Amino acid sequence: MKKNVLTSIITNLLLITFVIVWIIPTAGLFVSSFRDKDLLATSGWWTTFKTNKVNEIYRTKTSEYQIEENGMFFIKDNLLDKNSGKKIVSYGITSKEMNKFKVNEIAILKDQSKIEIKENGEYLWKSEKSFEHKRGKRIFITALSPPKFTLDNYKEVLFKEGVGQAFLNTLTVAIPSTIIPLIICSFFAYALSWMKFWGRDTLFAIIVASLVVPLQMCLIPLLSIYNDIGALFNIGAKSYPGVWMAHTGFGLASTTFLLRNFIKSLPHEMIEAARVDGATHYDIFLRIILPLSVPAFASVFILQFLWVWNDLLVGLIFLDQVPSEIILTAKLRELLGSRGENWEILTTGAFVSMIIPLTIFFALQRYFIRGLVAGSVKG
Amino acid sequence: MTVTSLFIYVFFGVFVCFSYFHLSNLALDFIEKKKSKKFSQKSVLRPYIFIAPAVIVLVVFILYPVLETVRLSFFNKTGFEFVGLKNYFWATKDPEFKRAILNNLGWLLVVPTLSAFFGLVIAYLADRLWWGTIAKSIIFMPMAISFVGAGVIWKFVYDYRGPGDDQIGFLNAVVVSLGFEPQAWMTIPIWNNLFLMVIMIWIQTGLAMVIFSAALRGIPKEMLEAARIDGASELKIFTSIIIPYLEKTILVIWTIITILVLKIFDIILAMTNGQWNTEVLANLMYDWMFRGGGDSGRGSLMAIVIMVAVIPIMIWNIHRHKEEEKT
Repeated sequence: MKKNVLTSIITNLLLITFVIVWIIPTAGLFVSSFRDKDLLATSGWWTTFKTNKVNEIYRTKTSEYQIEENGMFFIKDNLLDKNSGKKIVSYGITSKEMNKFKVNEIAILKDQSKIEIKENGEYLWKSEKSFEHKRGKRIFITALSPPKFTLDNYKEVLFKEGVGQAFLNTLTVAIPSTIIPLIICSFFAYALSWMKFWGRDTLFAIIVASLVVPLQMCLIPLLSIYNDIGALFNIGAKSYPGVWMAHTGFGLASTTFLLRNFIKSLPHEMIEAARVDGATHYDIFLRIILPLSVPAFASVFILQFLWVWNDLLVGLIFLDQVPSEIILTAKLRELLGSRGENWEILTTGAFVSMIIPLTIFFALQRYFIRGLVAGSVKG
Repeated sequence: MTVTSLFIYVFFGVFVCFSYFHLSNLALDFIEKKKSKKFSQKSVLRPYIFIAPAVIVLVVFILYPVLETVRLSFFNKTGFEFVGLKNYFWATKDPEFKRAILNNLGWLLVVPTLSAFFGLVIAYLADRLWWGTIAKSIIFMPMAISFVGAGVIWKFVYDYRGPGDDQIGFLNAVVVSLGFEPQAWMTIPIWNNLFLMVIMIWIQTGLAMVIFSAALRGIPKEMLEAARIDGASELKIFTSIIIPYLEKTILVIWTIITILVLKIFDIILAMTNGQWNTEVLANLMYDWMFRGGGDSGRGSLMAIVIMVAVIPIMIWNIHRHKEEEKT
């Protein structure tokens, strides 16, 4: 039995390693999207949960706020925000000696005024002469900052960077681009399975061949058709209906293929019985096939929806890259170029783009996997 | 695009589509009933009503463009002047194109092999542990994410800061903690291709895993038990029973991932845009579609190269389905 225990330990360890390696990249993105943007730029996301040392610069109040008492002048305030939770460790009054003074120590400035800073950021600045400065004095602090999570990144990304708009645009592209092929292809798949007409087998062979045709083969001619149509009617060549049709075209083969395999596998006695009773194919399709095909529809719907949602190429080519039309993936790519160093925007934007796919994935994983295993190859 | 117009758009699109089928079928019912009551169900026309939209879409969006792309590859940049094989000769001398071909070959060798390998190992391990389902969900999750999203995720992992600063990229943090110099991974030629491939492997392993997982369940339990009783080690069982049994599945997975890899585009565009010797065919094609006002000849040529690589798989697929139809 010793050998079995050993095997089991190795199996567990190996799988844990795989899982950790696989989850780390996504975890980093997820955690980072909730971090403060300044912290994000200077420390690794894995340090989120521990207290960090941060260096910051603040200014004291100006001389307008001074109080006179017994011939002494005071300025009193707090450097830190009320809820920051930071604890000051040391501070300095010149950029060269940022850590000259310990917290609670008294610093003597050039003009003989004295400043004292407490751990929670409160300071007391006193002088025998009246304060004259127009701008606050700079104070350099080193503080311990506790883990802090914020939704600020989401607010900024959704409403200021235009990702919220891109999210709606993607929905506008994705929903019809999924439903239209589903309607068209279910009729097509039914005809390929149960109706007799000239060229049926050839048509199915073409569908199987089209499964693997790279969509790059179609882009250039389609773009020029779109441009011609646009010029003919004097409208923009790029529009939402245009993208729906492009996605319908590119998803046609795989959708038809999967639905046809499913519909073909339904018992033919049932269909023949209905025919004998005088039902037309349309009746059979609506009353028998549709209700029975719900699981297959779910699989195909999820596959096509995720494909369209995650697509970049079609959205780049058949839509204008303007705020009212740009899709999430294209927006994200644009941000990678323009805000390449602003990780708070990139991580949050990327996470926004993943919310819908991940929700679908976790809620309907069974159908998703079923569709994939059923042999989906998309061109 | 506001929420209201989204609804209007979606409703409009779906409505047009649905009303075509409903109205045309009702119309047909009506005409047929008038003609003869007896044969109302045996309409010759109805199949064509069913297939018409799909066939039109198929012709306009797939068949015609494919033929047109073949034609365009023999024409000049505007597509009006026949230039014979000039584009093809140009390609053989173009350094960017050669680079792209080499890189694509590298991708083809590494990604399907490693994805299938990891997928098989994980599927095998996960099926034997109680928490295997959870593990599989996690490994499979990247499949739901867009390539661009995955690009952002990994760009963050590969982030580079100068040697003095705190690294915020995970990979460099590990490298530094082991005592090495941090690297700007995306700019090291040859190796950067591997770092890009890692992203694709990270995504596609999940696909391989679920397909293998389904196939593994088809292996007769008696066979495995018999081998165990005879004292075969787990490794031996894996290599001499399971792998031969899964031969066909391995081939299917390999073709699926190969096709995906041939068209790899989003990751390259988002991560490097072909800089530092990471160019691939699909990205180069996208580039030529618009470079200098667009060159449909050269762009088409790149598409054709991808297509030619896919043709053997296409023929094998058709052959396979013909066999299946017979049984």
